[in-house]
Amino acid sequence: MSGNFAPPIADYVRILPEIVLALFGTLIMLLEAIFPEDRPKPILPWVTVGGLCIALWGAVMAYLSPGTAFSNMVIVDGFATFFRVLVIVVGLLTIFASVSYLRQERANAGEYYGLILFSVCGQSLMAASNDLILVFIGLEISSIATYILAGYLRDDKRNNEAALKYFLLGSFATAFFLYGIAWIYGITGTTNLAGIRLALLNRDLGISVTLAGTAAALMFVGMAFKVSAVPFQIWAPDVYQGAPAPVSAFMSAGPKAAAFAILLRIFVTAFGPISDRWIPYLWISALLTMIVGNFAALSQSNIKRLLAYSSIAHAGYVLVAVTAHSEIGTAAAMFYLAAYAFMNVGAFAVVSYFARQGERFVNVDDLAGLGFKRPMVAAMMTIFLLSMIGVPLTGGFFGKFYIFKAALDSNLVWLTVLGLLNSAVAAYYYLRVIVVMYMHEAGDATSEIGPVSPGLRVAMWASALGTLVLGIFPTLVLNFAGQSSTLGR
Amino acid sequence: MNLLNVVIFLPLAGFLGLLFVPKDKPQLTRVLSLAIALVTFVASLGLIGPYWFASPQGFQFVTNVPWIGTPPIRYHVGLDGLSLWLVILSTFLTPICVLISWKHIDRRVKEFYAFLILLEFGLVGVFVALDLFLFYVFWEVSLVPMYFLIGIWGHDRRIYAAVKFFLYTMAGSVLMLAAIIYLYNRAGTFDYTAILAMISTGRLGFTWIEEMLLFLAFFVAFAIKVPLFPLHTWLPDAHVEAPTAGSVMLASVMLKMGCYGLIRFCIPLFPSAARANADWIVVLAIIGIIYGALVAMVQPNMKKLVAYSSVSHLGFVVLGVFSFTQQGMDGAVYQMLNHGISTGALFMLVGMLYERRHSLEIEAYGGVSTPAPWLSTVFLITTLASIGLPALNNFVGEFLVLQGAAVANFTWAACAAIGVILSAVYMLWLYQRTFFGRASDDLTHHMFDLKGREWVALLPMLAMMVWMGCFSQSFLPPISAQNVKILEQSKVGVDFRVQHGGESVVVAKETVHVR
Repeated sequence: MSGNFAPPIADYVRILPEIVLALFGTLIMLLEAIFPEDRPKPILPWVTVGGLCIALWGAVMAYLSPGTAFSNMVIVDGFATFFRVLVIVVGLLTIFASVSYLRQERANAGEYYGLILFSVCGQSLMAASNDLILVFIGLEISSIATYILAGYLRDDKRNNEAALKYFLLGSFATAFFLYGIAWIYGITGTTNLAGIRLALLNRDLGISVTLAGTAAALMFVGMAFKVSAVPFQIWAPDVYQGAPAPVSAFMSAGPKAAAFAILLRIFVTAFGPISDRWIPYLWISALLTMIVGNFAALSQSNIKRLLAYSSIAHAGYVLVAVTAHSEIGTAAAMFYLAAYAFMNVGAFAVVSYFARQGERFVNVDDLAGLGFKRPMVAAMMTIFLLSMIGVPLTGGFFGKFYIFKAALDSNLVWLTVLGLLNSAVAAYYYLRVIVVMYMHEAGDATSEIGPVSPGLRVAMWASALGTLVLGIFPTLVLNFAGQSSTLGR
Repeated sequence: MNLLNVVIFLPLAGFLGLLFVPKDKPQLTRVLSLAIALVTFVASLGLIGPYWFASPQGFQFVTNVPWIGTPPIRYHVGLDGLSLWLVILSTFLTPICVLISWKHIDRRVKEFYAFLILLEFGLVGVFVALDLFLFYVFWEVSLVPMYFLIGIWGHDRRIYAAVKFFLYTMAGSVLMLAAIIYLYNRAGTFDYTAILAMISTGRLGFTWIEEMLLFLAFFVAFAIKVPLFPLHTWLPDAHVEAPTAGSVMLASVMLKMGCYGLIRFCIPLFPSAARANADWIVVLAIIGIIYGALVAMVQPNMKKLVAYSSVSHLGFVVLGVFSFTQQGMDGAVYQMLNHGISTGALFMLVGMLYERRHSLEIEAYGGVSTPAPWLSTVFLITTLASIGLPALNNFVGEFLVLQGAAVANFTWAACAAIGVILSAVYMLWLYQRTFFGRASDDLTHHMFDLKGREWVALLPMLAMMVWMGCFSQSFLPPISAQNVKILEQSKVGVDFRVQHGGESVVVAKETVHVR
């Protein structure tokens, strides 16, 4: 090792998106302080969007010089880039969905945008980390920002409840994760993912599979919490229901995608050699997650809660892909998370449009008659819901298709059949929303609804377009995912 | 861009175009959708071309271009004798459905016609898709507009019916999706013709269990759609609650998707399983024939009566298909078309009665023939066609099916023939109660005879009933030619298994009747 400890320039390029996001997050905080307090600050969302766009460019630049950085802590490959781009796009969509919401709640403060940027920064770091320590740092950056966002409207009781629940349970789960890291460090003497893999492969070291499996289980607790997999899903409905609707959109897409990214990286790369140990547990968890999510969603009357349970169910589908433990499974999970991000952010954008001030209208029945009062909004909501059901020509369908194809490739026949039957059950509660929108007469909630604000319109259209493009021309994204899915090195 | 693609994509383009018609111009919407539907119909007539004097082998108007790279999913469509008439049936009925909804649908007009035209896109696509994945896509795509047609413009219990319809079909089709993926994993392609070639040359073989499960996964999806007893319970609800055009499209074309799937996929892809399962399937079909007819007889609601009569008629189709005889299969396909015409016409006429009297209860009628003689006449002709009077269309189909069934097993034919008798009972009884007797003042007040637009919608149906009844040779040759091939295919599979198969040979040999 040379005496010069300054890392080469290429290392900085490889974390360009994180640098940009952190700088812009700080900039937002400063701008917030510079501007007079009581004046509206329309520039802040634009600065945020600008920051995210530059971060997007940074992600591409980083991809053009792939490799590891900072003594193997960071890895830039197709997989990392895929998730970086995904979380940044989710951030963008969230900003567009938030502007009018914050104005209507009279909470148009800069911290919101700063927190979104920090959270995206953490997720982006998670996607590119190659070391458990860095995974943990990314996880914390992302989580702490998200805890605050969940309780952003501090005068709102539901927000407070959501934030507190999310924070307490979240830190508890993170502690498990950290304990798992300590454990695996104790066994293998390294926190580097590839290093752990090598240590587990090396029979001469005589590492006990039981101990390694316990470490994997501890880490799974932390990550399962973040992706809301059974039995660590209890928080999700309360938090999604209580948090501001755009934040729920963000939480259900960005942090979840990043958590799945590290779940895939840790289990496929680091714990790949002991896959026969964890696959049975993931099998059970995937199945239960699908069942609990779908069956609990059947009886929900609050649309945010319904979408929360549906997002649990979707986590179950992705877990099926993880359980498949193959490159095609990894690619399927990546594709699904992208499709899921679009349809879910879109659906929550519609909810935040419809809920109006103080989120008064968040019952499924409140949407009555929307189909003919606001045909475009309802049509887009229908696209999102059909995508969640898994009707062809939407991203959700192809996502499910690839996931179950991967599962069948890995001979998970029963999981496939049960999963597909689950998606038939799920059709019922998504259809209920469509029924209310199109087949019920307009109620009070629909009759006085105003036009869609420009920001929300952008968020909805972009999500709908993303959902349809992924459904009709999935090749581009799928090929990229396919090429980037070699995690077991 | 060959003619078939024009027929497929014209409705889709029309659907997109209709979305941009201003909301407050219902008349423009109607005229435009009629124009789209008519142009599509005229274009589809051109598809008969290659079948005019000959029965060409293989698929016509084939387009085979890549759609999605990995896994290789192709936009592969083509037409053969089996799909030809079903495509034309769909395009033939769509303009008629536009016409019969002209006055009846007066709210949310634009959306209604948009969904109707989108439905046509899905239906045509189902009948011509030659890539299993593409087939599944069209299969599901056709589900969505019908769901909205029932749910938005239906009668009182429309939401229940629409959701039931969607969930039943969905539950069946997810299993089919699993089977399609499994097939792909084994064959490495979604292409129907390629898989078929692999199976018939023995390059792709299944173990007995595999073949049974795959067959059942496909079969259940199709049987729900047909619908085969006891999976028929969604049908009466959907039919009764749907608006007239919805009922017509549902009965005339959508049910045929299931029958088509049985012939196109279940039998050629899994020949030995199909033959091994034929017995109990035929028994279910015969139960359906008799049960449907008996239940139809006691219905107080006209639409429900016609709906149960569909269960009965479709039983004949399944019986014909699983008799594995040339006549039976020809009759089954012909019966699919017949049922499309005669039951479609029945639903239209019931819809017209409803528009006048605003009731579907048979009790509310009686003596309609006095104020509306022409309506009664047309209804009578349709009734006679439906019960299989010679020289009208259903007779040919039912005769062929029964003949085929008799060749296979005489008891089947004897039992199924009871259904023919019962159909005369319930239809004529319905006719008697509705049209004969003294008309109450209340009824006379509402009732009026057929009007110009209704004539325009009904006359083509009547013409088709007579034409298909008297000149079946204009339709049958392409069907027969195709069925010869499918029968061969189903035997080739079995023969191959008997010669080269492993353990499965024994089972196949024992369970397959030599016919």
